[in-house]
Amino acid sequence: MAILVIAEHDNQQLKPATLNTVNAASQLNQPISILVIGSDCQAVAEQASAVSGVDTVLVADNAAYQHQLAENTAKLIAELASDFDYVIAAGTTTGKNTLPRVAALLDVAQISDIVAVKSADTFVRPIYAGNALATIQSLDSKKVITVRTSAFDAAGTDGSATITPCGLVHANAQSEFVSEELAVSERPELTAASVIISGGRGMGNGENFSLLEKVADKLGAAVGASRAAVDAGFVPNDMQVGQTGKIVAPDLYIAVGISGAIQHQAGMKDSKVIVAINKDEEAPIFQIADYGLVADLFEVLPELESLL
Amino acid sequence: MKVLVTVKRVIDYNVKIRVKPDGSDVDLTNVKMAVNPFCEIAVEEAVRLKEKGIASEIVVVSVGGSEAQEQLRTALALGADRAILVESTANTESLNVAKLLAKVVEQEQPSLVIMGKQAIDSDNNQTGQMLAALCDMPQATFASEVSVADNSVTVTREIDGGLQTLSLQLPAIVTTDLRLNEPRYASLPNIMKAKCKPLATVTPDDLGVTLSAHTQLLGVNPPPQRSAGVKVKSVAELVDKLKNEAKVI
Repeated sequence: MAILVIAEHDNQQLKPATLNTVNAASQLNQPISILVIGSDCQAVAEQASAVSGVDTVLVADNAAYQHQLAENTAKLIAELASDFDYVIAAGTTTGKNTLPRVAALLDVAQISDIVAVKSADTFVRPIYAGNALATIQSLDSKKVITVRTSAFDAAGTDGSATITPCGLVHANAQSEFVSEELAVSERPELTAASVIISGGRGMGNGENFSLLEKVADKLGAAVGASRAAVDAGFVPNDMQVGQTGKIVAPDLYIAVGISGAIQHQAGMKDSKVIVAINKDEEAPIFQIADYGLVADLFEVLPELESLL
Repeated sequence: MKVLVTVKRVIDYNVKIRVKPDGSDVDLTNVKMAVNPFCEIAVEEAVRLKEKGIASEIVVVSVGGSEAQEQLRTALALGADRAILVESTANTESLNVAKLLAKVVEQEQPSLVIMGKQAIDSDNNQTGQMLAALCDMPQATFASEVSVADNSVTVTREIDGGLQTLSLQLPAIVTTDLRLNEPRYASLPNIMKAKCKPLATVTPDDLGVTLSAHTQLLGVNPPPQRSAGVKVKSVAELVDKLKNEAKVI
């Protein structure tokens, strides 16, 4: 019985989501290996070898894997899976893209987005946008799982796993990377931040998000947005918190000018402390907020910034 | 070119769901059902490709009980040309649905398959990727822009850090994200016309697929509820509470 965790990375940095995934995997009490698939990704392999509780890091370093496209990485993972009982990845867009393809190649089900490990074959996962929790037993001998990273703490980084190269190369003639537009920010990533301040339609326009950014800089916080704000074109989609955006669970979540639609709540209701700032006292967000402030956000935000 | 689109019958997204008192599943009795919103976006995208003269025929497929004919008729009213219902209510987990769809793809030979990225009931986000694996086709999931040219499709995908653009050889599978398009409403004349469009029903046996269970649902529970906390009167009070009571800043 052994576990293969797929590393989430950009060829330079191991993403924090991998640490939460390893922690989820460790609850199965089996030896854990991390697989790093990429190109020129030795730095990632070294970071992965420091993750606590990991025995081995396998590194498939080849130009064919530069953009980690699912067509060939899934074949590689499925091939390596013969030595493992579990294949586990973070429920990020990369994990969601690749792992079902692996499961189908292995002719097994995938258990998506688990939030708890009940036993070696039984897991809890949210369904209906988190409005219900299903307990699911896998009947397959090999288990392919994605992890909702916000539901698990991060593993430590005091390990010293051995790094083993993996020379298997699968070419990909079917799909080709064209371009990427990645948001560049000095602030922490949404899914890794301990404090998040998010804006909704009430922000009025994209420029007003600078009011949130000033508060965020005081708090070392990430800046998020509701779907309404993204759909209105205020900010790009990578900032969206919610059922179809990022699922987050920071220590502090400050919702500003967000009414609190079910689909937004699905992405943030597991935050430890929720603050809602909205001038509409009937807004549903107040029903789940620990601290509510009924006020005009354009007056509140500058004052909040000055008091921090 | 031929485009194949899939639709799933799910609980309407406006309905607040209830868990059955015995905790066995979500209660679906007398609940309004609809086309899964992501599937609706897939149908709309196919119809737009047809309006641009790129798609010549749109085949819509659903796997489910006979009542899923209702959702297939909706897709026909939106502009699909014909429908196939794979009638199966047992073991309709993602892998099995993908196996059934793979047989339909083999028979229909579409150049492009457009599917919703996930269904809003099970939230699995698997079937498109699994179908791509079973058909050995390239995939572009979470699409926010699709453009077809010659023998390839260029797709912009919504990924965690922003946007990624891929070019896929056809035949290929695309799964839709929310911002791909805004689906139209079916007009009354089109709803009437849809009643006469062909709808074929096949069974897993007809397709030569034997389905076995890969997972078992042990129970469904409501999530822990959060309750409303306190209202603060000023920003100063808020900062004080966060510092001294919640101790999060």
